[in-house]
Amino acid sequence: MSNYVAIRKWADEEVSSQRADKARIAIGLGTCGIAAGGNAILEAAERTLANNEEIKADVVSVGCIGICYKEPLLDIEIPGQPRLSYGPVTPGETKKILENVFIHNIYEHKKALAVIDDDAFSEIPSWNEIPFFAPQERTVLRNCGFIDPEKIEDYIANDGYAGLSRALLDMTPEAVVKETLDAGLRGRGGAGFPAGRKWTIAADNIHTLRESQPDLPSYGYVICNADEGDPGAFMNRSVLEGDPHSVIEGMIIAGYAIGADYGYIYCRAEYPLAIDRLKLALEQAREKNLLGENILGTDFSFDIKLKEGAGAFVCGEETSLIASIEGDRGMPMPRPPYPAQSGLWGIPTIINNVETLNNIPVILSKGAAIWAEKGTEKSKGTKTFALTGKVENTGLIEVELGMSLRQVIYDIGGGIPDGKEFKAAQTGGPSGGCLPKEQLDLTIDYEALAEAGSIMGSGGLVIMDESTCMVDVARYFLTFTQFESCGKCVPCRLGTKRMLEILTRITEGKGKIEDLDALEELAPSIRDSSLCGLGQSAPNPVLTTLKYFRSEYEAHILDGRCPAGQCKALITYTIDKVDCVGCVVCLRACPVDAITGAKKEIHIIDTDICTRCDTCRQVCKFDAVLIDGNLL
Amino acid sequence: MAVSTHDRSALIPLLQEVQVEMGYVPKEAISEISKELRVSTSDIFGVLTFYSQFRLNPTGKHMVKICSGTACHVRGAPLIIDAVEDELGLEDGNETTEDGEFTVEKVACFGACSLAPVVIVDETTKGNITPDQARRMVRKIIKAEAKKKKAEAANE
Repeated sequence: MSNYVAIRKWADEEVSSQRADKARIAIGLGTCGIAAGGNAILEAAERTLANNEEIKADVVSVGCIGICYKEPLLDIEIPGQPRLSYGPVTPGETKKILENVFIHNIYEHKKALAVIDDDAFSEIPSWNEIPFFAPQERTVLRNCGFIDPEKIEDYIANDGYAGLSRALLDMTPEAVVKETLDAGLRGRGGAGFPAGRKWTIAADNIHTLRESQPDLPSYGYVICNADEGDPGAFMNRSVLEGDPHSVIEGMIIAGYAIGADYGYIYCRAEYPLAIDRLKLALEQAREKNLLGENILGTDFSFDIKLKEGAGAFVCGEETSLIASIEGDRGMPMPRPPYPAQSGLWGIPTIINNVETLNNIPVILSKGAAIWAEKGTEKSKGTKTFALTGKVENTGLIEVELGMSLRQVIYDIGGGIPDGKEFKAAQTGGPSGGCLPKEQLDLTIDYEALAEAGSIMGSGGLVIMDESTCMVDVARYFLTFTQFESCGKCVPCRLGTKRMLEILTRITEGKGKIEDLDALEELAPSIRDSSLCGLGQSAPNPVLTTLKYFRSEYEAHILDGRCPAGQCKALITYTIDKVDCVGCVVCLRACPVDAITGAKKEIHIIDTDICTRCDTCRQVCKFDAVLIDGNLL
Repeated sequence: MAVSTHDRSALIPLLQEVQVEMGYVPKEAISEISKELRVSTSDIFGVLTFYSQFRLNPTGKHMVKICSGTACHVRGAPLIIDAVEDELGLEDGNETTEDGEFTVEKVACFGACSLAPVVIVDETTKGNITPDQARRMVRKIIKAEAKKKKAEAANE
């Protein structure tokens, strides 16, 4: 019996003994679950159990299943019955649901969301029937929200480390590289470079290094880029929090494939829960001989160290990330040499994104052909997206590459809230672009997105409606890239600064029409002459907004008007004489006392005092506060 | 003794440890680490100021972290920032109030985008927040602090 068979047997026994006669109450406690009040639900569940001795169940915390708009979630799993999901629940509802289910055998509740993986309860829909889940394909998120991320046996019992076992016990390193090449997996960090090609280059260089210098302490490194810095993106966080072992397994397989002996996970310090779970997962893997010396009884040894980032967006760039691990300022180096030739401490290094590595175990356990059945000809597999912004159903989703933007936004996302009009979809964060409604039928793949002026990016997908100002969005991203520019090369350091100055001028109503020409002249030179990806892609938000929303720029400059009603210098707040009932709510809420009037008298805003803080509009229950005469 | 390149990689983790312990990286720590790792203080200062995580000054007693990610931005984070800064009288890019009570930090992204806009005040996370609610959160702390001070004064 091989070591893996023994470990698998142990895991299966552990899991079935834990679940055989005891129900499980699972509460989603990813960062978003906690932010939505998940801890109060956990307490409510524990209290309910303490007060009702007849309820025999374990209360556990799980990662995020992705349906964020229904957080906090309460899941109930009773042996021999399908898993039920409820949300969003309050502590009071938690008590009621638990008592109903466990004591009175009543499963229905107004917050009943879905039956997971079954259709045994006709009154509650199966999760595959919910519009949010129905069009999704879960490969990367296969375990998120299903397994307990703090238990290695849960991962192993769900085919975890089977890919590693196949690679180490049945395949040569060359065959593993070939399998990855055959799958056609492209880097999920944004640029889309084929992972197998990166591995091939590194493997060759490591081989040459071993031959020429036989007594080096290390010959190759695998770095997991978990420095998810794009604002508006949390795919990697969810995977690290919900399924840390999948990434670790991917790294070990990569290490074996290229002949590396050490790995680093470079994780954002802003993700404390992900860091804790990774630390625990590394310990567990070492304990089970899946990491460390002579893995699974073979000659292959590989270990992984966790490094916390210190807050620099540019460290998502390969050479900057390496500089940061080495203890320096995270500034990029000109490439070539590429890290696969000379990386960390001058040794051949591959750097793969969290999601890229998470796909590897599936490719190895199921085979490249099955994995590559999904996707388009050039963009294979699935991709996760953090669907956020002005969309009804926000959350973490995973779709087959080749799906249209429209399907994602309207079928999964449920469209735009409050009856508003869709305006733009932003992909790729500060390096990507804004796509207008004419592009809604664009398919999501690397080539189509690039052709439209944006990029796949790591998976941020922010939806904007008519009340989002596109000039302000461009200014927002430039503020970000300008701040994060490391300052090493001139085009990025000064170019982003000049572009930001122009955009700020326009949003303040001081723009000139020549400014648009200046932006169009600056953008290509910054793109073509910057040292690294940060500067090269920084003009994208400006270029795409200029391309698709030029009239909005012109309205700011020529008419002194912000059509979306967002740019403070260009808007005026007034109170509608017909709709105002004189309730004094806005008058009391105004922090600068700009509103005059009395009870049952129409209120008036003094626009000279008004700071356009929007408080009055938000507190008004009668929609009587207007921006530039419009109700937004 | 020459310092091997691998020791240098301990610099950022060491600085992070100091910050976890002290809340910021004081000058004394810089010179001590400099001696320990044989890296010049100017070099360490360069690293410290490069990464946004590090602080060279102590933070206020209460921490208000406002997410400025894209999703939060389009759902009104700038108005939240204005409201909190106005409530605390913070001007000219100052992050900490003069009385040392509050530090306001704009964070790139918490990754809780589906609850945008998000604010974390001390240990409390609040999603879907309005400027008015943000002001109230801050006011509540100011009131509680004033009450505490009054009680202490009465005791003395």
